[in-house]
Amino acid sequence: MEIGTGERNDDIRLTKLASCAGCGAKVGAGVLAQLLEGIRVRKDPDLLVGFDKSDDASVYRISDDLALVQTVDFFPPIHDDPYTFGRIAAANALSDVYAMGGEPKLCLNIMAVPKSMPDSAVHEMLRGGYETVYEAGALITGGHSILDEEPKYGLAVTGFVHPDKVLTNSGAQPGDVLLLTKPLGTGILTTAARAELVGASRAEETARLMMTLNKAGRDIMVKYRVHACTDVTGFGLLGHLTEMMQGSDAQARLDAASVAIPEEALALARNGILPEGMYRNRSFAEPYVDAGGIELAVQDALYDPQTSGGLLIAVDPEDAKAVFAELEGAVPCAQRIGVVEKYQGGKRIFLT
Amino acid sequence: MIDARGLSCPMPVVMVQKEVKKSDPSELEVLVDSMVCVENITRFANTHGFAVETKEAGGEYTLRLVKR
Repeated sequence: MEIGTGERNDDIRLTKLASCAGCGAKVGAGVLAQLLEGIRVRKDPDLLVGFDKSDDASVYRISDDLALVQTVDFFPPIHDDPYTFGRIAAANALSDVYAMGGEPKLCLNIMAVPKSMPDSAVHEMLRGGYETVYEAGALITGGHSILDEEPKYGLAVTGFVHPDKVLTNSGAQPGDVLLLTKPLGTGILTTAARAELVGASRAEETARLMMTLNKAGRDIMVKYRVHACTDVTGFGLLGHLTEMMQGSDAQARLDAASVAIPEEALALARNGILPEGMYRNRSFAEPYVDAGGIELAVQDALYDPQTSGGLLIAVDPEDAKAVFAELEGAVPCAQRIGVVEKYQGGKRIFLT
Repeated sequence: MIDARGLSCPMPVVMVQKEVKKSDPSELEVLVDSMVCVENITRFANTHGFAVETKEAGGEYTLRLVKR
């Protein structure tokens, strides 16, 4: 494999090589559905979760007590430091397995590198990936690399879950409490960081959040009566919640004030420092959202595409207190953000 | 007049921000070529007390910011 020039260049700024950052590079939810229209979907009784449900990963039953969880995720650099980028990309890819209630086990690297990227940077990116996968208790067993003008990195992940314990994004029930395990704002803050508009400590904190595995949240929630779960990534909180409510045939009341959004991200939103993905998410989900009188900047943050975001959990109201108490301190930021209601036939999400 | 065509966000809005800080204009025209830039600059303008008028021609947008 010949990659890079082998030249040392410590001044490389990875994000300058990318036209859009992280999960912001995701194709919009509405567009994706259109692109797939008319393509025949083959059914299989053991395919418990497939393509048709816009879920985080597919799940295939191989026996009465074991199912495979499979997912793939990769994107262009969201951070200038290759090691940090590797860690974020890996944490983000692994997250889809956690969101299904599964445990990741086998990973394959997916990598694209430009000729101009130094070997040392590629090495660091991979080291970040391996360390994160090992932290998750999984293995990297191989991968595939190609030359490309823009660097990209991620993983194909295979995990396991008990077939009766699969958590989809379509099982939320009226009365469920909605929990979130990380603050929002990573799309706005990483966009601002590209223009050097974010201080070092905020940039570091944002990177740390994106590198944090959703393992702790997963390990706690599987002990409780969780009815639905997804991870908040490219479609933003409102995009993913819209999909969850559509899939569950329910509606949600979201208490915007209880969602953790860094003040710096709100200030940036007010100043028009917003990623393109935010607008894509808005045009997908806005028809389903009653924004009430919520400030535009807060709405924007709720549509902000997240990279390696937290778990969005719909839990039985009787278990909500206990699971929340356990999540606090174990996840970056446990938030109780709303409730699920019976669908009234109109909007899917009501902001209050 | 700021010509921010061909630049991807957030650069155009950053250029507008710099100009407003530097010369505190009562009027400012900005030329961009994407809706995302139009939206971003409009948000900035509204936050800083400007009314915005946008005209589109051939995929390019002229924003006229006028201090309220």
